[in-house]
Amino acid sequence: MNSLKVTLRIGLLRGSLELKQFLRQRESVVFTLLFPVILLFIFGSVFQDTIAPGVTFSQYFVAGMIASGLVNTGFQQLAITIPMERDSGTLKRLRGTPMSVSSYFIGKALLVTILMILQTALLLFFGSVMFDLNLPTEASLWWNFTWLVILGSACSTVLGIAFSVVPKSGRGASAVVSPIVIILQFFSGVFFVFTSLPIWMQQFAAIFPLKWLTQGMRSVFLPEDFATQEVAGSWEIGKSALVLILWLIVGLVISIRTFKWSRE
Amino acid sequence: MNTAAAIEVRGLVKKYANKTAVAGIDLTVEQGEIFALLGPNGAGKTTTVEILEGYRSANSGDIKVLGFDPATKGSAGQKWRNRIGIVLQSASDAADLSVIETVSHFANYYENPKDIDQVINDVGLTEKIDSKVHQLSGGQRRRLDVALGIIGSPELLFLDEPTTGFDPEARRSFWELIRTLKSEGTTILLTTHYLDEAQELADRVGVINNGKLIEIAPPSTLGGRNTAPAKVTWVENGISKEILTNNPTEEVLKLNQHFNGQIPELQVLRPNLEEIYLRMIGEVK
Repeated sequence: MNSLKVTLRIGLLRGSLELKQFLRQRESVVFTLLFPVILLFIFGSVFQDTIAPGVTFSQYFVAGMIASGLVNTGFQQLAITIPMERDSGTLKRLRGTPMSVSSYFIGKALLVTILMILQTALLLFFGSVMFDLNLPTEASLWWNFTWLVILGSACSTVLGIAFSVVPKSGRGASAVVSPIVIILQFFSGVFFVFTSLPIWMQQFAAIFPLKWLTQGMRSVFLPEDFATQEVAGSWEIGKSALVLILWLIVGLVISIRTFKWSRE
Repeated sequence: MNTAAAIEVRGLVKKYANKTAVAGIDLTVEQGEIFALLGPNGAGKTTTVEILEGYRSANSGDIKVLGFDPATKGSAGQKWRNRIGIVLQSASDAADLSVIETVSHFANYYENPKDIDQVINDVGLTEKIDSKVHQLSGGQRRRLDVALGIIGSPELLFLDEPTTGFDPEARRSFWELIRTLKSEGTTILLTTHYLDEAQELADRVGVINNGKLIEIAPPSTLGGRNTAPAKVTWVENGISKEILTNNPTEEVLKLNQHFNGQIPELQVLRPNLEEIYLRMIGEVK
């Protein structure tokens, strides 16, 4: 077998092992997979107003929750669990085997992809059942949805790996990472209608990928004419793609350059 | 079959920001040998071993492990790791997996893995095969570490303080396992705090202190132990007496004549490995 095949095969095996371990930790299943659904339930029940003709807040919120779900399963989950793996000796042990770094990253990416599919499906399901979420009917919108999910989760994964060098220890990781995610969610128009936020907040959020991912998801789930209510008066879908690709490249370079197998 | 040494180190130096951890070490470990590295904490033991394992890079020195520079990056370095096994000092990973799941997953990493059930049996975990790793006791956890270290049929096995926290019985059976590996031709580099362990297992012992290898010798002759003055003690008129001598046989014969037969409470004591070791690292003058 050539080495690429081996790398892929072991990457797949790592992915299934990661998933097995993930599903056996009940707290992480609840926190990562069900938390967005719970939030959807709370926000959807509290805010039942329409924010534009034919657009309920819960519909606006589902778009944001799908986007931030990608940040939860990718960035947040990896930036917390990788430092824990570093502390527990998992990474050091792996480093001492013939397994390649790429296989490890492939395993993580697979885990994130599977969780993301599960979580998105849960949100779409509960969104439609409980809050009359309108699923898109046009093929072009589903196409946009697909590449947004793929690009968004890739971006989120590499940024999670890149950020995993920041927390000093596994125990403190959640305290470092979670506030960043929550603040970004507030600033990016997940919990509030983006255009109702102060201008400085909007501009700050525009640096980061979540705002663009959220806006892209709105272009999929909200009526076409709602675009006029966005900051630029349009969905800016091309710009979303560009920002996500830039962050993906930045994340990839940082991950490869700075990834640490042990704490010292 | 190549007959080169398993480990060949010349002039190994490793400096950290404000201190020199390893100050020029020369070391050769032959194939099939069990070599024990002894030294107090902070002596440079772990740094040396981690350089040989490829975890750290040296500042200078010529290092060959199985004929290969462990600092080599990329796929060549990855391939070399097929031939070594590493048992780390402490790990608490894989808590939610079972013993069999963990061992069989790691077997996938290697080109030439051993039989999974056989390895689990060899380390004495057959009864715990379906237990979750977090349910294992400290000693069982350590044996799983060893299983993961040997699953790839390594030519060279690194054991970093493998029996810390073992009860005496578990240590005995662990030593048995190590002897079996040696009999199969595995070269073993062992670090330990237990001198009896070094004495039991090692063909040769190296003592590291302050970043230098101060002596390499078989346990029986380390620090001139075999020729060191012996202490002869006995009791005369209810008082303990002792003399240090280079020729204990002569002393005993003299005493034998003196007492005209039985010497009361006679003992002839050679310094044990622990005394020699403590003297070498400067804990006891």
